[in-house]
Amino acid sequence: MSSLRISRTFLCAVYAALLLAAVVLPSYVVSSAQEYPYFVTYSQEMEEPGNLDIELFNVVGSPPGGDSFIGSDVEFEYGLKGWWTTEFYLDGQATQNQSTIFTGFRWENRFRPLSREHWINPVLYAEFEDTSADKTIREVVGHDGRPDFLVPNWLARMDKEREIELKLILGSNTHGWNISENFIAEKNLAGDPWEFGYALGVSRPLQLAARAGECAFCPEKFQAGMEMYGGLGDANGFGLHLTSQYLGPTVNWTAPNGMTLAFSPQFGLNSYSIPVLYRFSVSYEIQQFFSHFRRSDQ
Amino acid sequence: MIGRRTLFVALFVSALSLALFATSNGAWLANVPPHDRERVNPFRDQPDAVAAGRRIFVDHCAHCHGTDAEGTKKRPSLKSARVQQEATDGDLHWLLVNGNRGQGMPSWIKLGDPQIWQVICYVKSLH
Repeated sequence: MSSLRISRTFLCAVYAALLLAAVVLPSYVVSSAQEYPYFVTYSQEMEEPGNLDIELFNVVGSPPGGDSFIGSDVEFEYGLKGWWTTEFYLDGQATQNQSTIFTGFRWENRFRPLSREHWINPVLYAEFEDTSADKTIREVVGHDGRPDFLVPNWLARMDKEREIELKLILGSNTHGWNISENFIAEKNLAGDPWEFGYALGVSRPLQLAARAGECAFCPEKFQAGMEMYGGLGDANGFGLHLTSQYLGPTVNWTAPNGMTLAFSPQFGLNSYSIPVLYRFSVSYEIQQFFSHFRRSDQ
Repeated sequence: MIGRRTLFVALFVSALSLALFATSNGAWLANVPPHDRERVNPFRDQPDAVAAGRRIFVDHCAHCHGTDAEGTKKRPSLKSARVQQEATDGDLHWLLVNGNRGQGMPSWIKLGDPQIWQVICYVKSLH
């Protein structure tokens, strides 16, 4: 119980710092990111070159027969080029009656091979991760499922997962809607077979045209949609057997100073899934990050 | 042998510089398909479109192009003759949808068509 209290305190402190930064930072530093409200699905959008997006993601779940948990990661997303975005994640989790632990890191890169917009826009994704006892559920592959969350932290930490993950991201924008599809292949470098998964997302701003006057809660500041994802088995058995599947609505709101808050309840579609996951995030984007460290000529 | 290599490098650098200069100098205009160039801005006559466009501009464009679109050290002014006179609304819409990634201009398709047209209303009001 004390560990959960520690995690709450830690998370409250992190949130307070992020909120304070978002409020205190002048508006010219922070931009309105206008992001899609996805937690698992990647869209075809790349980070603008020079911009740094900082996000704090959380997922809360309560697997039947196990202890409730909160998985968190801090993400630093930087636009290196118009066609190349790189991200670094630090992951952690807290499990009730057990412990609060740092679970590892991930480094991913996304490449957009086609420069112009097409009906379907592909993005190639490559990630290396070094984690153990991870509970952030940023993707579901293979036979990931509820039983994984019943393993106590002290035991799960012994299982180091050094994995590479490849994704084919396809995204389309039409009439204000974004439709994104991800096909995932993940390989544990220790020798397990390739595992597969998918994620689908569809979203739209509540209003497409902007209003002339300043407003905090006008409809164009909100994006809403649906997200679905799950495992597709592995190289030894492709399919839906013994896989977990999730579906849920998702919504985000971009504050006038650029901070974006997102929330999604996601429901397990079979008994192999956790019945409900609650996801929430806070993010903000710093435009032209490194220019703030250069001496002004003026 | 060294002379030939030096010549090759010099030619390559010159060609690259010319290509970069050409693209930064508005070569994208030549890539706009005719049917995109001729598109009409549906927000052109809407009285609030310029103000709405300015809000979007400040949120998304001002950091690179300057608060008043006068340009910055690395990014072009949007008050230039190229933007204000040569480029049609349709040209600018095409550029905002597709971006010019080689020059650091991202696609803004995520804003959606209405907001893109509103930004164009604002930019064109700066002439």
